[in-house]
Amino acid sequence: MRMPAADPGLVSRRAEFLGALRRFVPGEGVIGTPEELAAYECDGLTAYRQPPLAVVLPADTAQVAAVLAYCHAQGLKVVPRGSGTSLSGGALPLADAIVVGLGKLNRVLEIDYANRCVVAQPGVTNLAITQAVAERGFYYAPDPSSQIACSIGGNVAENSGGVHCLKYGMTTNNVLGVEMVLIDGSIVRLGGRAYDAPGYDLLGIVNGSEGLLGVVTEVTARILPRPEHQQALLIGFPTVEAAGSCVAAIIDHGLIPAGMEMMDRLAIQAAEAFVHAGYPLDVEALLIVEFDGPRAEIDEHVSIVEALVARCGAGYLRISSSERERLQFWAGRKAAFPAVGRLSPDYYCMDGTIPRRCLPQVLRRISELSQTYGLAVANVFHAGDGNLHPLILYDASLGDQLDKAERFGADILTLCVEVGGVLTGEHGVGVEKRDLMEVQFQPSDLQQQQRLKCAFDPDGLLNPGKVFPHLCRCAELGRMHVHAGALRFPDLPRF
Amino acid sequence: MRGRCAFRICRGSEAVPATLRVTDASEAQHAIAGLLADGRTAEIVARATRRPYGRPLQTDAILDLRALSGITVYEPGELVLSAQPGTPLSLIQSTLAEQRQHLAFEPPDFSRLWGAAPDRGTLGGCLSVGLGGPRRPSAGAPRDHFLGVKGVNGFGQAFAAGGRVVKNVTGFDLPKLLAGSLGTLAVMTEVTIKVMPAPPSTSTLLLHGLDDAQAVALMGEALSSPAAVSGAAHFPAAVANTLPALRSAPGAVTALRLEGLPRSIGARLEHLTRRLAHYGGDCTLLDESVSRGLWVEVADVVAFAGASERPVWRLSTRASAAVGLARTIMQSLEGRYFFDWGGALLWIELAADSLAHQGIVREACIRAGGPDAHATLIRADEHVRARTAPLPPLAGSLAALTERIKAQFDPQRLFNPGRMYAEL
Repeated sequence: MRMPAADPGLVSRRAEFLGALRRFVPGEGVIGTPEELAAYECDGLTAYRQPPLAVVLPADTAQVAAVLAYCHAQGLKVVPRGSGTSLSGGALPLADAIVVGLGKLNRVLEIDYANRCVVAQPGVTNLAITQAVAERGFYYAPDPSSQIACSIGGNVAENSGGVHCLKYGMTTNNVLGVEMVLIDGSIVRLGGRAYDAPGYDLLGIVNGSEGLLGVVTEVTARILPRPEHQQALLIGFPTVEAAGSCVAAIIDHGLIPAGMEMMDRLAIQAAEAFVHAGYPLDVEALLIVEFDGPRAEIDEHVSIVEALVARCGAGYLRISSSERERLQFWAGRKAAFPAVGRLSPDYYCMDGTIPRRCLPQVLRRISELSQTYGLAVANVFHAGDGNLHPLILYDASLGDQLDKAERFGADILTLCVEVGGVLTGEHGVGVEKRDLMEVQFQPSDLQQQQRLKCAFDPDGLLNPGKVFPHLCRCAELGRMHVHAGALRFPDLPRF
Repeated sequence: MRGRCAFRICRGSEAVPATLRVTDASEAQHAIAGLLADGRTAEIVARATRRPYGRPLQTDAILDLRALSGITVYEPGELVLSAQPGTPLSLIQSTLAEQRQHLAFEPPDFSRLWGAAPDRGTLGGCLSVGLGGPRRPSAGAPRDHFLGVKGVNGFGQAFAAGGRVVKNVTGFDLPKLLAGSLGTLAVMTEVTIKVMPAPPSTSTLLLHGLDDAQAVALMGEALSSPAAVSGAAHFPAAVANTLPALRSAPGAVTALRLEGLPRSIGARLEHLTRRLAHYGGDCTLLDESVSRGLWVEVADVVAFAGASERPVWRLSTRASAAVGLARTIMQSLEGRYFFDWGGALLWIELAADSLAHQGIVREACIRAGGPDAHATLIRADEHVRARTAPLPPLAGSLAALTERIKAQFDPQRLFNPGRMYAEL
């Protein structure tokens, strides 16, 4: 993984930058010692590490604006960071960049029940928003598995999903507004508490922009009334094909479950050994289907699925009869990643989305690739929306295994694109999938995305080296007339 | 921005723009290359049913996408549909209905409001205008269902963004940017949308005789309940009396829609009536077909369809400010109004046209609506729309950012120049 080369001129001015940044963010808000910087050298994608030039922890929007304006004036690169749980290296630092951590902006500013929204600073955790409104029977719907730690600002940057997004949408469908600081230090408000906003849908592009367009300093999130009841079905299948056809039958029947999760044999075994969720061990695929709503509706949906399950050749069915049992069904799934982690010193989590009908074909091919690379793989799958999480098991201490795991992962994601899917369903591109972007997109597609970046950040100071396999060259893009989609400088170095 | 508009206006409005009809994406790209080479501007249209929205255009050419029509991919099991932008929305809706699916964002048809025969127009037009219907609070707007796009930008370059799967975060979400951009950024040549199972049954609970404040409070409580209310509108008596679906009920009416399986609707109705009993008053239940008719009338604003010379405003606000906003405007201007989206959408029909109402409505937004309230002049005489800003103005920093974005998609201002804002 190559990152943009550090500018030695900037690196040598470190002391000057630290001094200046301390004028904007006093006290412990500026971090410069190697020991302390080490804590920021990576995010959830731990395979890549790089201490930054400095870390700044602003305490309010005004400090963020002052820091960005200074960086803009000095040509200093900025890597925004929420809780640092990105699985795609979205917050990986650069040697000549400062990290702007939003952790101190951690207050819920307002709970507005009349308009059913919460105004929160970006460092508030996803789960804390739900906790803040739970007493009145509300919750915040997107629930990434890191919700106990991940921040709402990071959720906006990554457009995070979760197990319930088939029915309730991703972050972008659940955020009404943001306050954002642009790289020149100006502050803009996009959206608000009304359902739509004038002009272009800038809120729509800020969601999922991976810290390339600005630094979010406030988020207005929609909250929903908690459903009256929830019930889950645990269904075991003798083949992955049978499980896939059952998922299709449920959707074809017009049902949109609140959650629909699949695990393959290795994932089931690992989860069961880890948390003893009561999963059957003699099945090839396990499906958790959850419904929520009024009792009468759940009863009807559950009985429909019961009938469908029988026709799909399921060999195992349990319907949760208590809240405790429902949570137990989920306990295995929610612990699937760490459970698989126990099987191997390291694992690499992939995140492609495929058309669901291609599931059997894709899983077959993954299994073949597993043989070729000599690395085991466990599959966890947001079955309702086609988002696949193969977990590749490897041991980084053994010679070329990391390299193999990465090549295996790239093959899986390329396969996802080949069958009509995409590189990432919810984890983001970051550095991890950056060099695969050309598998999914033509050069002219990426150029249009980069042009958008140029409208926000013409000097390319915000999170460089992420998302795009080539750095933006805004001056060139502005006057470039590309012929037949060919890049004008095909021989410029990639990183 | 650029001073090209003045040049075109000098040529006079009688000049008939040349029409460029394209039948596929490569013809569209070719036509745009020609516009670019000649420095000619174009109005991007298909059926042109939404032409009264925004500012009227004076362009050198018309780029007609009507023949760029047809569903290219429909996979009900994957919940996705791809189509060319000129595909009639009616065709898409009937195709979906055959598979018991629908467009959850319930696209409105303002044709009748604009004095024309009902015509849902095209999918491209619907996405470009980007307005959602009564299901907006629960199911979102077109932006929330717009998954992927192929198009040609103002550099004459074809590009694609998004994808054909329902869950995707690969790259910037350009479909969202194009939704509601009124064709000012790119010419779409194919779009992919998310489609959803259609609710098998619909029912509407009517509550009678509430004043505005009571009604907005009640709708807020209904939307805060777990009853999954998918429509919440309030009609003061002056509007309720004109709606065919409500004709039998004199006085103000508040309507709450429930959709889903019949048994589920029954359970939720019971929950709602119990929870809302403290508001008092009578309630009635609309049956399936009347209920469906009512929400089409709400979406399409047919209450204001009769007198096409009267200005109609659409105000988006936080629900808690809606009653004050309506009251403030009605203190200065004569007219009728109703609320959708639990109060967060306010429709106003004014009794008489004048240029003065613009200032009054926008001022009321600022004073009574709060920072996020904004007003769009949906129906007005063409010369009024040309001389004023029918779409809500942008704050300074946002206006500058908007111009920079426009320049990165269409730097020569070829596409729909001035349709959104005079300078864009």
